[in-house]
Amino acid sequence: MYFEKRQLVTPGDLLAEGDYVAGENTYVEKNKVYAARIGLAECDNKKVSVVALRSFYIPKVGDTVIGTVMEVGFNGWTVDIRSPYYALLRASDVLSRPFKPQNDELSQVLDAGDLIVAKIASYDRAHDPQLTVAEPGLGKITRGQIMKVTPSKIPRIIGRKGSMISVIKQETGCQIILGHNGVILVTGKTPEDEELAMAAIEKIEKESHVSGLTDRITQMLKEEKAKREVKQQ
Amino acid sequence: MSTLITRVRQRQIAQHIEKGKRLDGRGLNEYREIKIEQGLIEKAEGSARVRLGKTEVLVGTKIELGEPFPDTPNEGVQTVNAELVPLASSTFEPGPPDEDSIELARIVDRGIRESKAIDTAKLCVEPGKKVFVVFIDVYVLNHDGNLIDASALAAVAALKNTKMRNYEVENGEVKFLTGYSPLPMRSSPITVTLGKIGDALIADPWLEEEQVMDARISMAVNENGNICAIQKGGSGYFTPQQILTAAKIAKEKAAELRKTLGW
Amino acid sequence: MNEKIEKLIDKKGLRLDGRKPDELRPIKLEVGVLPNADGSAYIEHGKNKILAAVFGPREMHPKHLTLPDRMAIRCRYHMAPFSVQERKSPAPSRREIELSKVIREALEPAVFVEYYPRVGIDVFIEVLQADGGTRCASITAASLALADAGIPMRDLVVACAAGKADDCVVLDLNDAEDKLGVADVPVAYMPSLNAVTLLQMDGILTQDEFERAFNLALEGCKKIYAMQKEALRTKYLQVKEVEE
Repeated sequence: MYFEKRQLVTPGDLLAEGDYVAGENTYVEKNKVYAARIGLAECDNKKVSVVALRSFYIPKVGDTVIGTVMEVGFNGWTVDIRSPYYALLRASDVLSRPFKPQNDELSQVLDAGDLIVAKIASYDRAHDPQLTVAEPGLGKITRGQIMKVTPSKIPRIIGRKGSMISVIKQETGCQIILGHNGVILVTGKTPEDEELAMAAIEKIEKESHVSGLTDRITQMLKEEKAKREVKQQ
Repeated sequence: MSTLITRVRQRQIAQHIEKGKRLDGRGLNEYREIKIEQGLIEKAEGSARVRLGKTEVLVGTKIELGEPFPDTPNEGVQTVNAELVPLASSTFEPGPPDEDSIELARIVDRGIRESKAIDTAKLCVEPGKKVFVVFIDVYVLNHDGNLIDASALAAVAALKNTKMRNYEVENGEVKFLTGYSPLPMRSSPITVTLGKIGDALIADPWLEEEQVMDARISMAVNENGNICAIQKGGSGYFTPQQILTAAKIAKEKAAELRKTLGW
Repeated sequence: MNEKIEKLIDKKGLRLDGRKPDELRPIKLEVGVLPNADGSAYIEHGKNKILAAVFGPREMHPKHLTLPDRMAIRCRYHMAPFSVQERKSPAPSRREIELSKVIREALEPAVFVEYYPRVGIDVFIEVLQADGGTRCASITAASLALADAGIPMRDLVVACAAGKADDCVVLDLNDAEDKLGVADVPVAYMPSLNAVTLLQMDGILTQDEFERAFNLALEGCKKIYAMQKEALRTKYLQVKEVEE
């Protein structure tokens, strides 16, 4: 192994040689593992991977995503999910019944510019991702604030077993939907609550590699809330 | 019929080459049969048609009076244009020159220019004002691989076939006399293109091999064995060692071709 | 106007700009300079000033350019009209079209195009000021822009030219040396894979001179490669930095 834990590596950097497995954002050539993206190198039980500092979202079946409707088409909508691939949402999925072009005006159901929470229903190399909103909690977004982060940071924002995101939800009283595509929806009782939650998420994104982050976030949230209470008095 | 090559065929070609053989029976460094005819287009000042296997390229030259380039006021001008006309391949579409025909023209141009094949110093009429311009137009008639070498050969053959009207300069004006003289030339460069398939270098790739190869390298060599132009093409790569090997092969093949052609 | 230059190398073996034959011009690299691009980089190499931007991977327009099994890469090398001594017309010249092609072919081997079928990457290179060796500097910058955009790559691609001026094999020709010299050999290289992705030559060289110039260019490449990595680290360490 030729690197230290969490070392910043760049494409082409030799990470390891010999009996190692290529993890995320690395590749193998002649028994050597190289970095394929800029990021922080890690090794977990002989698997060498790079946590990318810059990446884009590639759909995976089952992922929750938040996207913007771009176009109303003949039998569905084209949705921008902040990925190289546009996603498709079929009318039949939204209307939960066969789609009748003469009777159904699609733009009245969802129009260009609308935000939706959806799941990736299908995706493969030969076809654009198909979305579904036919599950509870999915569909058009009517309130809340949107923020965007690098997709690779989403697991960190969720935290181990959801620990990190629960802290934020608890302390701010906000509902938070994390799209795997790096788009996050924060819905709170007041804009201040929402902004507090967003500030916490931003902090996690910036400091994702520091340990003890959960405690620091908890502390930050408590401090901010205390400041607000003082102001209100 | 589509010229697209099937995966089965691709594997076949690659496997043969790994064993040092090519599907048409040639050795890795062997060229296809070359046939050159000159002087077929009487209206052109010079012309030549090269058949390299089934690849066929026709080059015509025209000479006109024009202005010199500002940084070479005493020298004639050479300009090369290449057309991949649609009848040469179902993959060529009509329209203005695309990047492939521009690259082809510029590679042919470089070989001729850098070797000083045309003695441009002898084409000056009035320094800074009037010189002869040699137009070299490459017309690909059938594409069966290795357009670069075929075009480069045809271009030089056409130049060797080019005749200019005898003239004298009177008060900065050109007065044409009777008779013709050959275009003044100083060199006959020969371009050798090698393709890379797997780790093997093959000379004169034909059409199907071109679809399997991941990169090519072309080198123009003059009669002294010196290199006067190089162009790597394709979205693959070569190791530095392969580059140096290619240079040696190019020198050898160019000398061989030169002997065969009597250049 | 330029005065007539007699010799490119003086009696002491120094070049017109004071460099030794194997010396690079000063190079400055900066990553992430264009906020609207997915990735970007700026290079100053001698008097060359070049911006490279990458957009994508994204859906391609026109659609017929998409490839079913891999990413398509489009590259546009373009010179600003004020970048050279005599104003250059903004319309793409044949040289720019050829360079766009060879630069694309120099970068493509580095990119894992098979990962993302049916979408494409656009690489835009704008030469703001040119002084010899623009295709090499462009490749060096474009490669950083690709990494900055998060495109998975086998290695960075770095490029440098060598050649012959007067009787001397020299590294990194400037504009005067390129125009008046005997030969110019631009080389692009992926050091980790020992792969040459661009190689051109114009001029005349013996086999031996070519080998020397080629190897000299590779040495130059390796030096610039270290600068590329440094430029990436500089930008991304800022992203990583925190009050500890």
